Amino acid sequence: MTQLLDIKGLDIALPANSQRPLAVSGMDLQLSTNEIVCVVGESGSGKSLTARAIMGLLPAPHVRVASGEILFNGEDLVKVSDDRLRALRGSEISMIFQEPMTALNPVMTIGVQIDEVFRFHQKMPSKERRARALQLLHDVQLPDPEQALKAYPHELSGGQRQRAMIAMALALDPKILIADEPTTALDVTTQAQVLKLIKEMQETHGTGVLFITHDFGVVADIADRVCVMQNGLVVETGTRDQVLRHPEHPYTKALIGAVPDLMPRPARPRSDETVLKVNALEKTYRSGGGLFGGKGREVHAADDVTFDLARGETLGIVGESGSGKSTVARCIVRLNDAEAGEILLDGVDLRPLGRAAMRPHRSKIQMVFQDPFASLNPRTRVGKIIAQGPIMYGATQQDAKARTLELLDIVGLDARAYDRYPHEFSGGQRQRIGIARALALEPDILVADEPVSALDVSIQAQILTLLDDIRERMNLSMVFITHDLRVAAQVCDRLAVMQRGKVIEVGPTAQVFADPQAEYTRQLLAAVPGKDWFSKPDAPKVVAAAG
Amino acid sequence: MAFFKLFARNRGALIGLIILGVVTFLAATAHLFFPDDPFSLAGTPMSGPGQNGYLLGSDSLGRDVAAGIAHGAKTSLLIGLLATLVAVCVGIVMGALAGYHGGIIDNLLMRLTEMFQTIPSFIFAILLVAIMKPSIESIVIAIAVVSWPAVARLVRGEFLSLRNREFVQACHTLGMSDTRIILGEILPNCLSPVIVIGSLMVASAILIESGLAFLGLGDPNIMSWGFQIGAGRTLLRSAWWICTFPGIAILLTVLAINLVGEGINDALNPRLRERS
Repeated sequence: MTQLLDIKGLDIALPANSQRPLAVSGMDLQLSTNEIVCVVGESGSGKSLTARAIMGLLPAPHVRVASGEILFNGEDLVKVSDDRLRALRGSEISMIFQEPMTALNPVMTIGVQIDEVFRFHQKMPSKERRARALQLLHDVQLPDPEQALKAYPHELSGGQRQRAMIAMALALDPKILIADEPTTALDVTTQAQVLKLIKEMQETHGTGVLFITHDFGVVADIADRVCVMQNGLVVETGTRDQVLRHPEHPYTKALIGAVPDLMPRPARPRSDETVLKVNALEKTYRSGGGLFGGKGREVHAADDVTFDLARGETLGIVGESGSGKSTVARCIVRLNDAEAGEILLDGVDLRPLGRAAMRPHRSKIQMVFQDPFASLNPRTRVGKIIAQGPIMYGATQQDAKARTLELLDIVGLDARAYDRYPHEFSGGQRQRIGIARALALEPDILVADEPVSALDVSIQAQILTLLDDIRERMNLSMVFITHDLRVAAQVCDRLAVMQRGKVIEVGPTAQVFADPQAEYTRQLLAAVPGKDWFSKPDAPKVVAAAG
Repeated sequence: MAFFKLFARNRGALIGLIILGVVTFLAATAHLFFPDDPFSLAGTPMSGPGQNGYLLGSDSLGRDVAAGIAHGAKTSLLIGLLATLVAVCVGIVMGALAGYHGGIIDNLLMRLTEMFQTIPSFIFAILLVAIMKPSIESIVIAIAVVSWPAVARLVRGEFLSLRNREFVQACHTLGMSDTRIILGEILPNCLSPVIVIGSLMVASAILIESGLAFLGLGDPNIMSWGFQIGAGRTLLRSAWWICTFPGIAILLTVLAINLVGEGINDALNPRLRERS
């Protein structure tokens, strides 16, 4: 193992009016051949900017390296000329990004884009370039490399696109591969495959990989060494076993402690009273066509979906993207119209109701949204966002205000939040506001669509606790949509697993985890990153909890 | 106040605001400094600037050019603002309905908008004024009719992207009515580009008005810069001042409004400015 990259005392300066003067300060990091170093941290920790600084991709002049050295084989990448940097990028150091759809050029085929990498850096006859590209796509295990060469990025799935990106990054056999959250946008089963691929490629080529991630599960699966960052400072470095088993710094401990373990929570007695019954729900999306007709595409987003929800229970709907779990949630709250089936709430079928007829039922079933930044109107004060629901249903201004202040207190926010605008709050706080808004109408049922997936792991834990707490206090029933089985294990009493619009398995969480009936459920459980690392040693193993 | 600070960071916008202030002052005080009818034959025709007591000279019939410019400023600003206001209101209604509802309503409204856009706007304006007989109202209507499609398209685009935002969906789950969602939730979020395009539209409205007046389609009882230029165009070589000063007035006003519009744009979309 020889040292490839040596970062010494790196400071990255932010523009003058930012929250803090330095995005990264005094960073030291080493990367050798044939090892994977994971840089872990929550959003805003400076991990991505570090990666960009190495590639010389900082958004200058606003963000720049203020001091320090980034030595690549003894050459300081901070001082090196643009031409030299361009020669290094792609051939010696290459990078893969989080979202392959935006990182690939949508109007060029995969083949052309890989070909470019060869053309820019080496002289090679076009036949040989094509052969090499084909070999690369074969190496990253794309199902049909010939076809993939001719494909445009939108014709491939997310996992296939990320494989193509990896092929492109490894085209010239670089010494260093920087991977910036490469699996965050992928489904859990695809993520497991891509992680395995990166590991394999790294082993065969002896590449040094700098892997940026926020997910300790991924770290556990892939890292040789780990570097934990908080607010621009490296708080802990060490081998994977050291950091994960015996974290020294309190922040690392807190982060690892916040990773929900894959233990289903203890079963609670189930109420006999059914509040919501969904029966044979059908929803098909049609796209294409237009004013003059034409042929469209059909996607069966919900296909014969049936489940029921008991009072006080949390039902988790889990599945990967495109499984139809969000569609079901949106049909229940009547944001989408289902074509067939029944949505029975207190014996009333909500599905065929028109807007006016639906209105009296709206207050009983409320929704918490995924993106805390998009779900609050940026031009409306927090107080009004929460109070407008009750006011619409006839509450007086005073009553609505009193109720709003009470709700702010329940979700753990200061009463001063009442007069502020959403942009003054962090992601976690905004999600609390969103929850308060949903609770303002005193619903019986809360539908939460991925309420924590946009949040950092430490905040996730707080919001999950809050939701559970509220469910208990207000005797709510909850439909909880998530792609993350760890999260589902924490809050859900029962699980419904969805795949391609169909519910393939329903059962108590512990039972589904211990004894999955469907093959797909088994795959999902097996793909959870770092599953062997974060089960608490004193807790009984998942299988034992079946009982 | 914070808005003005952002606005003032653009030097050009500040200059534009000053010019616009002067023009507005001129329009507001026209009847004080030039109490007589600008159409009145005040004295010696074809006097050069500074001669016979005319600050900017007189035209072939002895009308005071300076008085014409002062009274013309009132016409230009009035028509510019009124026509823009009408166009923005119509555009917002059409765009909001099309963007919010989508589907058939969107198709119908947008095909209608396109019908207006296929006719070259100035020729369309001439046609409308010629049909309706030249008067202030007909000119305002004509300018508004040719200008609203741009606003409608802009507002529609904003509504299309905002209507699927989660905060709008949250309003749906609360059971809020369409009108309230459109007016109270979405519209405030797309006002800044509308304000920007509106401020720039004032400038083009003034240009169209001048063009119409130049062609003799202005209100015959109201002094306007375009009319002055039209009246003096045959004498351009012998009496340059008749066309030149109203021309400069148009140039400065339109330039000033454009600068101010750009300044408003920078102040409302601070991120765009940082990119340059």
